[in-house]
Amino acid sequence: MRKILLAAGTALLLAAGPAMAQQKPIKIGFISTFSGPVAVIGNDMRNSFELALDHMGRKMAGRPVEVIYEDDGFKPEVGKQKTEKLIESDKVDFISGYIWSNVLLASIKPVVDSKTFLVIANAGASQVAGELCSPYVFSTSWQNDQTPEAMGLYMNQKGVKSVFLIGPNYAAGKDMLAGVAHTFKGKVIGQELTTWPSQLDFSAELSKAKAANPDAIFVFYPGKAGVQFLSQYAQAGLKGKIPLYTAFTIDETSLPLQKDLALGVPGAQEWVNDLPNEANKKFVADYMKKYPGHRPSFYGAQSYDAANLIASAVAATKGDLSDKEALRKAMEKADFKSVRGQFKFGNNHIPIQNFYLQDVVKDAKGDYVLKTVATIIKDYQDGSHSKCPMK
Amino acid sequence: MTLFIEQCLNGLQFGLLLFLLAAGLTLVFGIMDLVNLAHGSLYMIGAYFAATFAAWTGSFVLGALLGLVATLVVGMAVEVIAMRRLYGRDHLDHVLGTFGLILFFDELVRLIWGPEGLSLPLPSWLNTSVQILPGVQYSAYRLSIIIVSLAVAGFLYVLVMRTRIGMLIRAGASNREMVGALGVNIKLLYTLVFGLGAALAGLAGLMQAPILTVQIGMGENILIVAFVITVIGGIGSIRGAFIAALLVGFVDTLGRAFFPDLLRLVLSPNAASTAAPALSSMLIYLVMAIVLVVRPEGLFPAVRK
Repeated sequence: MRKILLAAGTALLLAAGPAMAQQKPIKIGFISTFSGPVAVIGNDMRNSFELALDHMGRKMAGRPVEVIYEDDGFKPEVGKQKTEKLIESDKVDFISGYIWSNVLLASIKPVVDSKTFLVIANAGASQVAGELCSPYVFSTSWQNDQTPEAMGLYMNQKGVKSVFLIGPNYAAGKDMLAGVAHTFKGKVIGQELTTWPSQLDFSAELSKAKAANPDAIFVFYPGKAGVQFLSQYAQAGLKGKIPLYTAFTIDETSLPLQKDLALGVPGAQEWVNDLPNEANKKFVADYMKKYPGHRPSFYGAQSYDAANLIASAVAATKGDLSDKEALRKAMEKADFKSVRGQFKFGNNHIPIQNFYLQDVVKDAKGDYVLKTVATIIKDYQDGSHSKCPMK
Repeated sequence: MTLFIEQCLNGLQFGLLLFLLAAGLTLVFGIMDLVNLAHGSLYMIGAYFAATFAAWTGSFVLGALLGLVATLVVGMAVEVIAMRRLYGRDHLDHVLGTFGLILFFDELVRLIWGPEGLSLPLPSWLNTSVQILPGVQYSAYRLSIIIVSLAVAGFLYVLVMRTRIGMLIRAGASNREMVGALGVNIKLLYTLVFGLGAALAGLAGLMQAPILTVQIGMGENILIVAFVITVIGGIGSIRGAFIAALLVGFVDTLGRAFFPDLLRLVLSPNAASTAAPALSSMLIYLVMAIVLVVRPEGLFPAVRK
């Protein structure tokens, strides 16, 4: 009797097979930092990714979407483990996320080897845009050099003649400081790299910057380190004496702690919350409705775009993920409404996009907000694309 | 030259701050024979209290004072509720028990204050630089840390070397059983010492808060350095902790400041600026290794019978 029942059950399962395949969910793995002091960034990315799914009815081309969020703990080796887990045990169709360039660099090999599509939502390691570029890897952010390059252009406009560079000693920090030097026409009179992420006291570096007496200081300190840098810069008495120029140091996740210290400190960014396109207005308004007391940051905007990029490609192939070539072509079109406005992919799958100058102001309610001041450069492509063999 | 003076001040400030943390650690370790991994949690609690009270009262100084008192109370409560169960047990039990306390405090702080962290803004009279020597401008806040820490170090010296309580503390460090046998209320003494250690950690935390922001787990990194100092200075010795903290502060800061330039003489600028931060962060451990080779008991070991 039991055997018969078992056989009947198996037969039923087999019969139901094709029907269930139609409804098999699209699996997306999302890696970010959800613990420790930089968890605010990971939470913003997850919030935005979830909001994008809400906006598309949590379905892509009629198939339900399942997202598996994994915490990289801010550590490259953990990020790599989690990436392998997503690919081998969860068998995800897409991977997205990645805040940190060093985590991305540690994790990219298993992704490319398994031909899983990766949509990077932040980390912009220059190697991934150049010699490590892959048909399966896309980015909705930037290549690390681009944002500081835009800042270098702005410093030229402001007539800055000499600059002192300070940043953290890891993949992104080195890219960022190199980026400024690409476009800045004045002299780089000093450069300091600090131990990342353990060093939080920058007294020695600030003293050296002060002694070098430059026209300006450029820094890159993402997350909480940006708060610490700005307070120590003010405490060292440099505010108002040596102007500060930044990339990824002031954003909506750090601004609630930076407050007054961030006023008047310019930054470059490819997205600002007040960009006047319809997709962005909807994103910002719905985000603040769904998560009261929080504002989306560029990390979130890029994650929102990542979800929409994936959805656009899934829609173009009508939910069929088996033809990877067709899926890749659909992704390359970037046929979706990005919250930064229109952009297109370069040959290395990095966006060719505008960069804006942003500033911190107090709004009518007394909150500190970022606003767009000017467009620094239009349709800007990164310098690594020529090193990428893809056409 | 002005740069060198300024970097020395940075080293002094960092060293003195570490001294506050290490002094509490070494007192508790030396007198109560207790390995307290949760010392960093008290540092964190001090910072959270100060930030909260400063926001309530609108005054940085008042917030700091209230935060200090609150940390003292929390420290004594922790001693009475938790630490008493650990005395006389194996050091491994201490490590396990106090590690549990770290997790407990981290989660408690997350429940009360949330995961985002707090900031402790400085009043404008501290958020600036002052001229201390002709041509040398120095951060007013870091200067005030130096002054407060030196005052606390002086207070500790007087307390330990010149008062009756200090005599009991020193006696406790040398021979605990004998002190108890002579009729001293050793329980009360332990509670006081632990509270004092907690207050010192809290003071370090709240003074560091405007520089480093207030966040969960902020005490864990710096605790490792504090342990390095107690090892270098000799366990149980406040004087040793003072000398070792200054040594570590100077080595770390001056290493970070001048090591990259030295490396650039022998390496290409790019390789030097990449390697220097990694190498200079190792310096304090090198110092510890050398001290352990030359004087395994530390520089100023407390005399034990």
